[in-house]
Amino acid sequence: MKRSKWMELGVGLFMLAGVLGLVFLGLRVSGLSFEAPQNTFQLEANFGNTGGLKPRSRVTMAGVTVGRVQSISLDTEWLDARVVLSLNADLENKLPEDTTAAILTSGLLGEQYIGLSVGGAPDMLADGDRIRDTQSALVLEELIQQFISQAIED
Amino acid sequence: MTAWLIRLGRNTLDGVEALGQAGIFLAQSVIGWPSREGLRLWLRQMHFVGVMSLAIVLVSGLFIGMVLALQGYTILVDFGAADALGQMVALSLLRELAPVVAALLFAGRAGSALTAEIGLMKATEQLSSMEMIGVDPLRRVVAPRLWAGFVSLPLLTIGFSVVGIWGGQLVGVDWLGVFEGSYWGNMQASVNFIDDVGNGLVKSLVFALVVTWIAVYQGYALIPTSEGISRATTRTVVYSSLAVLGLDFILTAVMFGNFA
Amino acid sequence: MTEKPFVEIEDLRFSRGKSEIFRGMSLAIPKGKITAIMGPSGTGKTTLLKLIGGQLVPDSGRVIIDGHDVNALSRRALFQLRRRMGMLFQSGALFSDLSVFENVAFPLRVHTNLPEAMVRDLVLMKLEAVGLRGARSLMPSELSGGMARRVALARAIALDPELIMYDEPFVGQDPVSMGVLVQLIKRINDALGLTAIVVSHDIKEAMSIADYVYVIADGVVMGQGTPEALNTEDNPRVRQFIHGEPDGPVPFHYPAAGYAADLMGTEGTR
Repeated sequence: MKRSKWMELGVGLFMLAGVLGLVFLGLRVSGLSFEAPQNTFQLEANFGNTGGLKPRSRVTMAGVTVGRVQSISLDTEWLDARVVLSLNADLENKLPEDTTAAILTSGLLGEQYIGLSVGGAPDMLADGDRIRDTQSALVLEELIQQFISQAIED
Repeated sequence: MTAWLIRLGRNTLDGVEALGQAGIFLAQSVIGWPSREGLRLWLRQMHFVGVMSLAIVLVSGLFIGMVLALQGYTILVDFGAADALGQMVALSLLRELAPVVAALLFAGRAGSALTAEIGLMKATEQLSSMEMIGVDPLRRVVAPRLWAGFVSLPLLTIGFSVVGIWGGQLVGVDWLGVFEGSYWGNMQASVNFIDDVGNGLVKSLVFALVVTWIAVYQGYALIPTSEGISRATTRTVVYSSLAVLGLDFILTAVMFGNFA
Repeated sequence: MTEKPFVEIEDLRFSRGKSEIFRGMSLAIPKGKITAIMGPSGTGKTTLLKLIGGQLVPDSGRVIIDGHDVNALSRRALFQLRRRMGMLFQSGALFSDLSVFENVAFPLRVHTNLPEAMVRDLVLMKLEAVGLRGARSLMPSELSGGMARRVALARAIALDPELIMYDEPFVGQDPVSMGVLVQLIKRINDALGLTAIVVSHDIKEAMSIADYVYVIADGVVMGQGTPEALNTEDNPRVRQFIHGEPDGPVPFHYPAAGYAADLMGTEGTR
């Protein structure tokens, strides 16, 4: 009977360790946080070219992550990309109407993210509004092509 | 030529038949199970299958994490991207190495033991006598082992990842001098819980099912002689290793292939 | 044999791979008696017991136990029927992960809801009957072959079955434990009034306890009768087997080409 008690304890510890390991993978490795997801609001922005932007890419402001890309789809009316951003709720009604959204690259070959920079207009953006002023992704090949064709012209 | 065709046809039919037998065997064992006594038997098998495999899996995970960090660092540092070490270690472990290596170790450590144990019970007529007493050996002997395997391997895989990532930190941060903040920060920015951790766990669940199934079936269906047992044990390790690696390719293509 | 037999086997055919083991065998096991089934090794005596227990399915023919056709029963009903049978396997087949006590208690625990105290009493009674009450806490690996077989006997009678089958109970036993087992089988049968089938090729021992004997060979019943009748049987094959003569109708040699031709020839060295 003693032996089976130890065995049960061992199995219990094993399963507990597994669950704790999963929690570690969630919190420490994937950087999940338990902020309730409902305290966000959505903004839309249209881009001519999204480059390597993906859903869940970061949205930053002054280098601080303030939200994530929620979805990317083709706008059939304007034939450009419609990107829905989901931002922290404490920014709701605090971003001016002429805020600019730009697709940036972290480092030379790093992942792409959206950077917001603030304008000075008096009216503020509310849930569901659209950011008018956008800057498309820089596509490296196009840059190089431009550079080469300029060099040839010179 | 015709003889060759006939042989091919017969072998194909035999193979399909064996697969069918193994499938019925799995269904009969797993369906309609929970009971108090069953729980006790399952716990016992969890000990043999899971807890006893913990040491080898954790030690392997530690070494693999350390090697990954060492190899990754020498490559990344040429691109000035040593900061991405955490990302590289974590993604390789979570998506690929932990599920696959843990499953291979599991097949060698627990799978072969399951085959040999059940085979020996068959050879000493314990399964027959259980049947004559009126107890179904599929329920009593096979089912607890199958369930213990299904539950153990994903847990072992989690342990493998955790220890591996820690081992990567040990080498990358403490030894090679990667900045600790960027090791963890890059990791957190690039690892997605559902896509990476979740898919890795789905992989290990599939592997658990396949490896345990092969091991237990090989034990149950073997020819009860000492030669039969040794052959079945070898078959368990060979078949389950091949199945794990083959399935891994298919699962990876489906999960991370971006075919859509 | 005025009473209806407990087990009837009608025109049984069974083959394993290409070899035919039984070709239309019929026999009847009388109720409350010890019936010995004897025959040379490899005649499928153990297979016969497995067919009676429903662990194997015959190619044709029927096995009827107390009015039930074993192979027509559902899996559930078959397991119900098996509760009325006990079987003693050649090796004992004790569960190696359970102690002697738990082995004997196993059938009681899975088939009854008796309170623990009653299980204990019953197990100790059965162990006392085979003289191993003192060995209850040993593990099967600590038992000698003869002791393991006695524990297995205690387990087989734990549920007080109506039919008990012994598969080669005397094989590989030293003279003392062989004598003990012969005594035990006889005594238990007399005390409990069970129907018993003893499969054996140990002629002297089997004949000494059997009420009725079947001799099988080549997949059919070769001879039958009481032990006394068989001792004076005229059929040469039965005679050879009963009296243990080395050569006779059952040849000493495996079928082969002529000896001289084989020695002179070159083929067959593979």
